[in-house]
Amino acid sequence: MVKSRRDFIKISALGATGVAVGSNLIYADGDKHVKTDKQPKGPYKQPSELTRTPTYCEVCFWKCAGWIHKNEKGKVQKITGNDDDPNSNGRFCPRGTGGVGMYYDEDRLKTPLIRVKDKYGKQTFRKASWDEALDYTAKKLRKVIEEHGPECIALFTHGSGGKYFGNLVKALGSHNIAAPSYAQCRGPREVAFIATFGDGLSSPEPTDIRDTQCLVLIGSHIGENMHNGQVQEMSDAIDKRATIITVDPRFSTAASKSKYWLPIKPATDLALLLAWINVIIEEGLYDRDYVEKYTYGFEQLKEHVKNMTPEWAYGITTIKPDVIRKTAREMGHASPSVIIHPGRHVTWYGDDTQRLRAVAILNALLGSWGRRGGFYIPDKAKVPGVPHPEYPKPSRTWRDAMSGKYELADLALANGVCDATIPDPSLNCSIKAWIVNGTNLVTTLPERQKTIEAIQSLDFIAVVDTMPMEITGFADVVFPECTYLERYDSLRVTQHREPTITLRMPAVEPKYDSKPAWWIAKQLANRMGKEEYFPFDTIEEELDWQLKQVGSSLEEMQRIGVKKFKRQYDDLYFKDGEDIEFNTNTGKIELYSTSLEEYGFDPIPKFTPHPEPPEGYYRLIYGRAPMHTFSRTANNPNLTDLMHENTLWMNPIVAKEWGFENGQKVYLQNQDNVVSTFPIKIRVTERIRWDSVYMVHGFGHANRKLTRAYGQGASDSELITKVMMDPIMGGTGMRGNFVTFLTSKPVKEEARS
Amino acid sequence: MREELIVSGRSNPLIDPHLEIWEWQIPAYLFLGGLAAGILFFAGLFYLRGREDKYPTAVRVAPVFVPVLLAIGLLFLFLDLKHKFYFWRLYTSFSIESPTSWGAWTLLLVMPLSVIWAALYIESVFPKWDWKYTWAKDAIKFLSGYKREMAWGMVVLAIILGIYTGILLSAFNARPLWNTSILGPLFLTSGLSTGAAFIVLLSKNKTERHAMGMIDLMLISIEVALIIHMFMGFKASTRVQIEAADMFLGGQFTATFWVFVFSLGLIVPAFLEFMETKGKRIPFYIAPSLVIFGGILFRFIMVHAGQLSRWLY
Amino acid sequence: MRYAMAIDTKKCVGCSDCVVACQTENNVPHGYARDWIIEVIDGTYPQLELEYRSERCNHCDNAPCVRCCPTGASFIADGGIVKVEHDKCIGCGACIAACPYDARFVHPEGYVDKCTFCDHRLEKGQDPACVAVCPTKCLYFGDMDDPNSEVSKVVKKRKFKTLIPEAGTEPQLYFLI
Ligand SMILES: Nc1nc2c(c(=O)[nH]1)N[C@H]1C(S)=C(S)[C@@H](COP(=O)(O)OP(=O)(O)OC[C@H]3O[C@@H](n4cnc5c(=O)[nH]c(N)nc54)[C@H](O)[C@@H]3O)O[C@H]1N2
Ligand SMILES: Nc1nc2c(c(=O)[nH]1)N[C@H]1C(S)=C(S)[C@@H](COP(=O)(O)OP(=O)(O)OC[C@H]3O[C@@H](n4cnc5c(=O)[nH]c(N)nc54)[C@H](O)[C@@H]3O)O[C@H]1N2
Ligand code: SF4
Ligand code: SF4
Ligand code: SF4
Ligand code: SF4
Ligand code: SF4
Ligand SMILES: [Mo]
Repeated sequence: MVKSRRDFIKISALGATGVAVGSNLIYADGDKHVKTDKQPKGPYKQPSELTRTPTYCEVCFWKCAGWIHKNEKGKVQKITGNDDDPNSNGRFCPRGTGGVGMYYDEDRLKTPLIRVKDKYGKQTFRKASWDEALDYTAKKLRKVIEEHGPECIALFTHGSGGKYFGNLVKALGSHNIAAPSYAQCRGPREVAFIATFGDGLSSPEPTDIRDTQCLVLIGSHIGENMHNGQVQEMSDAIDKRATIITVDPRFSTAASKSKYWLPIKPATDLALLLAWINVIIEEGLYDRDYVEKYTYGFEQLKEHVKNMTPEWAYGITTIKPDVIRKTAREMGHASPSVIIHPGRHVTWYGDDTQRLRAVAILNALLGSWGRRGGFYIPDKAKVPGVPHPEYPKPSRTWRDAMSGKYELADLALANGVCDATIPDPSLNCSIKAWIVNGTNLVTTLPERQKTIEAIQSLDFIAVVDTMPMEITGFADVVFPECTYLERYDSLRVTQHREPTITLRMPAVEPKYDSKPAWWIAKQLANRMGKEEYFPFDTIEEELDWQLKQVGSSLEEMQRIGVKKFKRQYDDLYFKDGEDIEFNTNTGKIELYSTSLEEYGFDPIPKFTPHPEPPEGYYRLIYGRAPMHTFSRTANNPNLTDLMHENTLWMNPIVAKEWGFENGQKVYLQNQDNVVSTFPIKIRVTERIRWDSVYMVHGFGHANRKLTRAYGQGASDSELITKVMMDPIMGGTGMRGNFVTFLTSKPVKEEARS
Repeated sequence: MREELIVSGRSNPLIDPHLEIWEWQIPAYLFLGGLAAGILFFAGLFYLRGREDKYPTAVRVAPVFVPVLLAIGLLFLFLDLKHKFYFWRLYTSFSIESPTSWGAWTLLLVMPLSVIWAALYIESVFPKWDWKYTWAKDAIKFLSGYKREMAWGMVVLAIILGIYTGILLSAFNARPLWNTSILGPLFLTSGLSTGAAFIVLLSKNKTERHAMGMIDLMLISIEVALIIHMFMGFKASTRVQIEAADMFLGGQFTATFWVFVFSLGLIVPAFLEFMETKGKRIPFYIAPSLVIFGGILFRFIMVHAGQLSRWLY
Repeated sequence: MRYAMAIDTKKCVGCSDCVVACQTENNVPHGYARDWIIEVIDGTYPQLELEYRSERCNHCDNAPCVRCCPTGASFIADGGIVKVEHDKCIGCGACIAACPYDARFVHPEGYVDKCTFCDHRLEKGQDPACVAVCPTKCLYFGDMDDPNSEVSKVVKKRKFKTLIPEAGTEPQLYFLI
């Protein structure tokens, strides 16, 4: 069968064939919430003229709880933190504070859109009513189910609404549910920590930074990475004069706060970690009792690292042996109040699980797991889910397309689902329909061409988003979700020192013709005969029911926003000499991993060198700017005010060699001859090594409908065409790409965005 | 390497990346104010010294233009205001430390004085002028009796006005280039010099032209001395003032300032005037035109460059 | 009563939260800012120093902006807060030229605007918006005349600098170094 290719539609083409839809149609299906409850419940008067409604932030996945404040005219004025919230302690980060811009952004998606072909065969979007868009989607999904089975539906999601779409997809009979926050983010870390301690880290990470005496940051650029609680606690640690050691090829903000900055040659961190382990063992700096009582495989480890001396590592990492020794001693002296931070976005060079294993081992040697100033034991409230019939068991999943690889992945791989979508004669079925909620896959996944190829092979793709982001241009149906300030979502139930639950409720009516995810999912479920999986008419009823199970109520939560519970465990840390059974094969902390061995991987990490940039090329590294989240804030009026483009950090030596000046614009070309769509301004700065260039991820948007973001800076994503796969869990290592500079764009066929 | 940047992308209009709160209106206004001050000064001075007949252009003709110059100047000032309809607030208070306030009030006094003086002499410019109303004629007759007092007032206010045009800038400690006490006398001298040049341009009387030319030559010499003194002062001062001066000594304003303002606006006209005294025949309007041109450019450059100069911290 | 702010440059990460919080608190229009962040880097790779400073009006004790204002629109309010009364301001720009820190700007509505130390919040006993939001808690605010206020204590305890002391403005922002 010949597939009709999906043209990328700039949503600007929309007006041409747009069909105006009377707004009365929106409510036509008699939804209780939207129709009868025009004014959201609450809000409650503050002592000031502002009124506030509780929410939790959706600008990143730290999910801080806060308040949306409205002025006397009922307009959203500002968002602030909730003092009772352990994730934010009443203080939002700049992105959360600037979250108002998500709501006010006039470029938002405004109505449902359906892809149509005009009589010349040109594809455009036409505006549609919700009924039309939902009916159409239900029809298409039913067709996929009939022709290929429900397992051929997949959901990509990154965000709160994912829960409801997840329920829908599971109700239909598929378990292909993936988030980019696993194989493009923290997956290797989870696998490595589970392999070592029998437990992953999850989010927020239970790092006891506020009480630590020594914080070791390997890449994790806290301060630019604005994960709120960590930034706050790092500041507390600075106040308490903790020693900070930062390993980063770039003089990050954190590096500038550190006693030691180790400007490591990129891609060599594992050698440094092994050398540290060597010093700590050789000099007896480890926590003997702890290692003896809780760990497995110390002798093998000792034998393994015997020759991995600082001198050995120096040749690989460019970090001087005495610095390696000194820093190892700092950690040893602080033990167990020391954190070798696991980082979060750790999919770097393909050996990431092993690098994170080395991090875990180092923490284990220093006895920081379960100790004050190390890693505390988090707790989480138990809130029962809504009762529903059992989900049908799918006969296949995306894993079947992996031919037995990546079995240690504990969550779905977004790239794996993508692979499983590209037809392959060896598979009896490939995925045929995608629902994409709150993830801009085109800029989020590396190897853009592959993502697009997968999309092209689909029978149907629906995208739920708030903004006309790149991914919406590939959709058959676009559902405009209202922003988090305009909706209810599922409760936030995250781990922390204290268990809490948090409510998000709408402060204002949805703007334009947008709707909340729960409503969209429920409408689709109704149309597909799965209403029994959504047993409540409105989300308020559902939330109220859930809250009553834990002794609260919707009314109470609307007032307080955050409710704290008592810990189930009576202590944050291991007690002295406590007997502990770890969730590993040996019941111990595995310095030597029996499960990795079982699956045929190195039970103790080994260093293998990675390719280095060829002559005239530089390693492309990327990271975060404190005022933006990936691509999702690139058009936010409040945040573009703070930073509207990214720059290319370049060492003065490199600039001089090329004759570049500060502020000059260049195009980037990578090792596969992919040229950036837009030029980027050079920032000549001493803050980076000369073998690498750095840029902030999330810029260089190519959709003109994003009026503030269009053409601002360059996109790292489009230059990441080479992926270094993690053989253990399928993470996509993204830092093995090299770029060179072009002062003008080569004249050739422009790559489609 | 030292790198300093604004992280949050602050880009307040008119402030970033460098100050440009004052565009053309203020330098134009300062020039017109200085010119008006120069004219009034000579009118008052020569009147008081009984040289009205010897210097008729200075006393009778040139001052008739002053109200117009001031009106245009005030219009420019008004155009510069960003909150225009609150203009009247200038006259609901007097702020002793504010040069702007001094300027506003000085103008309030100078304006009527110059209008009256112009009225008294309007016939010398427009011989067919006729005060249609008898009350006007009566008023003119009445005021003619106070010329002496008015002349005194004009001389004093002209000096205040002339100095004010310089003090307005030099009061700003925040802008190193302006932060020099020489700017007051310098702008006063420059104002007088442009005033003298203006008179020369209007004058049909050779002796008057010659005398004003001599005065101008003297004023230009003082100006040159003050300018050199000013830059020496900067060079001997703090780092920021050295940097401010460097904009003129090798920096971006070097050519414009030394070629156009200093050479064409001061040295060349001085030379021409000097040659004239030696009896060389040079068209009389060249030197004063250059002086006026130099005066205008000087103010534009000083206002612009001053806003570029800043404290570093 | 003498309000002052201390900024701990050792903790500030330059995130600009204080800037966006000020904007949403005080309706500062897009494209304008009452506070801002300066990043200063000194040295050569790999021997580097970096300082972030969250800056705003210094609420100078000897405020040139107030002295040069012809209408009295700029004035010093209780607690030493330097303020602008919008409908007295003619927008002449004198105060803007007078401020060595470029802390003032012309509001699109014509008058001059600047940091108010969030006096509307102080009245309610709240900290200024930027202070209240700062995730690193590196901003301290309070009464310098009160020896027990947080800001007095931290300024007493720590090394600090003020900006351009040579300009004689007697600034009331203390940068802890
Ligand atoms: N403001 C903001 N904060 C965020 C986010 C955001 O979008 N915006 N996203 C959040 C999410 S989901 C995540 S996963 C985290 C990610 O944040 P982190 O986990 O901190 O991410 P890293 O990949 O460690 O971050 C990039 C840093 O790694 C350095 N680096 C590059 N190559 C190497 C190398 O080979 N070795 C070493 N040692 N360092 C290297 C870069 O110079 C840069 O400083 O941030 C979170 N916080
Ligand atoms: N090149 C490169 N790729 C990366 C990274 C990198 O640093 N560089 N980082 C990786 C990491 S760590 C992560 S966690 C992932 C993040 O990946 P994503 O979460 O996919 O990142 P965003 O680009 O922010 O895309 C978010 C999408 O959600 C939409 N959205 C925002 N709010 C809402 C909402 O309320 N409802 C709905 N329905 N949609 C909403 C936005 O408009 C946008 O289209 O990216 C990974 N990919
Ligand atoms: S860290 Fe910032 S963006 Fe993320 S949830 Fe918290 S406030 Fe929102
Ligand atoms: S909010 Fe705090 S940490 Fe962030 S830039 Fe402002 S002062 Fe610095
Ligand atoms: S910082 Fe500037 S605006 Fe603020 S008081 Fe001082 S001089 Fe005036
Ligand atoms: S702009 Fe306004 S506040 Fe500033 S000096 Fe002029 S009148 Fe005063
Ligand atoms: S004190 Fe208030 S007005 Fe001043 S910068 Fe902070 S938030 Fe803005
Ligand atoms: Mo992530």
